[in-house]
Amino acid sequence: MVGMALACTLASMPLTKSLSIAIIDSNPALGSRKHIPNDSIPDPRVSTVTPATLSHFKDIGAWEYIKKHSHAFFDKMQVWDYTGLGYTRYNAKDVGREILGCVVENKVLQSSLLSRLQDAGVGERIYPAKLTSMSLQSHFPSAVDMLDIETSNYSSRTSGDPKRHGCLAKLDLSDGNTLYTKLVVGADGAKSSVRKIAGLKTTGWNYSQHAVICTVKHATENHCAWQRFLPSGPIALLPIGDTYSNIVWTMTPHEASNHKSMHEDDFVKAINHALDYGYGPHPHSNLGFIDKFSWLAGGAISSMKESFEVPPKIDQLVSERMAFPLSLMHAHEYASHRVVLIGDAAHAVHPLAGQGVNLGFGDAICLSNIIAEGILVGSDIGELSLLKKYEKERKMANLTMMAILDGFQKAFSVDLGPINLLRAAAFHGAQYIGPLKRNIISYATGEQKWPLFG
Amino acid sequence: MAYRSSQHLWRQTYRTVFRSTNPNVLCPRLKSKSQLPIYSASTFVLQRFYGSKVGESGAATSVSSSLKQAEVAKFAAIAETWWDIEGPFKPLHAMNPTRVSFIRSTLCRHFRKDPNCARPLEGLKIIDVGCGGGILSEPLARLGATVTGIDAVEKNIRIARLHAGLDPSTSSIEYSCATAEQLVELNREFDAVIALEVIEHVANPSEFCQSLAALTAANGATVISTINRSMRAYAAAIVAAEYILRWLPRGTHQWSSFLTPEELVLLLQRASISVQEMAGFVYNPLTGKWALSDDVSVNFIALGAKQIHRKAL
Repeated sequence: MVGMALACTLASMPLTKSLSIAIIDSNPALGSRKHIPNDSIPDPRVSTVTPATLSHFKDIGAWEYIKKHSHAFFDKMQVWDYTGLGYTRYNAKDVGREILGCVVENKVLQSSLLSRLQDAGVGERIYPAKLTSMSLQSHFPSAVDMLDIETSNYSSRTSGDPKRHGCLAKLDLSDGNTLYTKLVVGADGAKSSVRKIAGLKTTGWNYSQHAVICTVKHATENHCAWQRFLPSGPIALLPIGDTYSNIVWTMTPHEASNHKSMHEDDFVKAINHALDYGYGPHPHSNLGFIDKFSWLAGGAISSMKESFEVPPKIDQLVSERMAFPLSLMHAHEYASHRVVLIGDAAHAVHPLAGQGVNLGFGDAICLSNIIAEGILVGSDIGELSLLKKYEKERKMANLTMMAILDGFQKAFSVDLGPINLLRAAAFHGAQYIGPLKRNIISYATGEQKWPLFG
Repeated sequence: MAYRSSQHLWRQTYRTVFRSTNPNVLCPRLKSKSQLPIYSASTFVLQRFYGSKVGESGAATSVSSSLKQAEVAKFAAIAETWWDIEGPFKPLHAMNPTRVSFIRSTLCRHFRKDPNCARPLEGLKIIDVGCGGGILSEPLARLGATVTGIDAVEKNIRIARLHAGLDPSTSSIEYSCATAEQLVELNREFDAVIALEVIEHVANPSEFCQSLAALTAANGATVISTINRSMRAYAAAIVAAEYILRWLPRGTHQWSSFLTPEELVLLLQRASISVQEMAGFVYNPLTGKWALSDDVSVNFIALGAKQIHRKAL
């Protein structure tokens, strides 16, 4: 997805349109432009796309393809935890916008980006294979080689043998093809083989949590994103279109395998229990004093006036349940000579704030701008100095977001009186302090680059 | 991008050159076209990129050979490091994108090419005089130009050929160990003649400009970059760059052989080239980046157009 977004962005810019791009992906769905019927049940693998990413999709012309398929905007969000001591409601109107985000199926994103790329007519080639090996020649032969070269008279041309590939990267694919390229972009996910072959090291840890995802159906329409933090992890309910919603439930591996294998009705009961009265009471809505102190709140009062709502009751499970282990991972270096990593290959985060793929799209946008700058001044796009500029721009932003998300994950996994009260205070703070709330929303929707200080 | 218009430049030149009554206001090197005494060996000034000067008769006479050997040897010793981005040529690599950016946009404007495509210089024949290891020639070739690179140091040409051969898009660059005067004798002509950071090392800049003009085709462009002869440039390019930061070996530059923008304009005018655009390079020590600006007090670059003289009837 992120790699496809990069290819699309490059195809839409005049400076980079003429680059020849090869996409290596063994996913069988990639080859054909299968039409995804609109009335089918949504796939549980979805992504929440922030408004910043959405506006980029509009810029590159991919939104035209995405909006033909089912997608769901949401403009409200409610976050609370099991202690019942506090809650926060966010509304897009707090920052003067109409949406907080859009939930789209991953396969829809993938096929829309691919269709956009193919219609752009840049002559990309798709290789449905896996990468088996890669060799990156050293970027300049050692002094020893030079002594053997004859000095020719001054009017001769350099013998540019087109078959000599000098210092290009050579890739061997599982279907027997060999490709030579100036730049290898690793967008192959958290278990990136490009990263392994290039020898780029990572740091990270497992969260000892698994996420169970599925699609559910409920009676009423839902335009709000719900997230409740339970003792073993958050459960999130995201609208995916009409009366369907997507569930992302994080829990211990043992509970995850239980929930995955239990009967459907029991599972639906468990979801309703988790979203409603399970594990703890509902928070109280203190609306009485808001009117008196509205002048103090400093704006963003539309969501402050909203009382706590109970999420819609789930009627039935309509898709299979999938479980994934969760971990945090960050590569020490995003780039080495002729190789660069974007998306999950460079960083993997907890899904609790729906930021993972948006960080990846941010990487794709930044890298395409850097490549365009390189072409503007005629430099070699695989040159390390150019790729380091991309790394410098993205590393700090990615690390900041990762630190915040990791902080949340740890803060909500502790069940201790004082910590619970601190969390409650944080909920109240985010709910009633206008500027803080606006800051949070702007940062989470991608409009603001850094938290707190803009 | 910020640069002076030619009108502003004319005003500056008029004030400096014609209003001043002091005949010594110009650099002494501009006063006569005859051969000037060679600077002493210790000052390193002699043509690093040119092994010979052209005398009045046009025949190439070689400079004292012991000096040339020493120069060439010194330069040859670090020649392998041309393409080591962290090596002695690091400041040049850092400055290069800014230079290419100026050349790209001014050449596009001059030749009416579309700057929004990946290879805007397609179809132009460009010569890089004093190309060294090819740091400028390669980006120009990637931008679509047909590039010829010349340098007086044989080892540089070898390095340049080797490096250019590694990338299919630059392997068609024609490198040769020659001087501009030699190519003039062969009646070679190019759409754009580029000599960056060369003129401050040449003993006779006036002759050099004439050679560059002779290599430029009618309606072609000449691009020269050099360092200004100002107090700021003394502090920055000599004291800071050679002694404090050690970016360049000591004695690389001689302050008295720097040219002011007005002098360069005058020299080019005498060679029938009228300067159309000029800009300065500034270095931001905090970010470590170079940028184009209006400030020509240290490094500056100028593009001139070859004038075609109409003979009076």
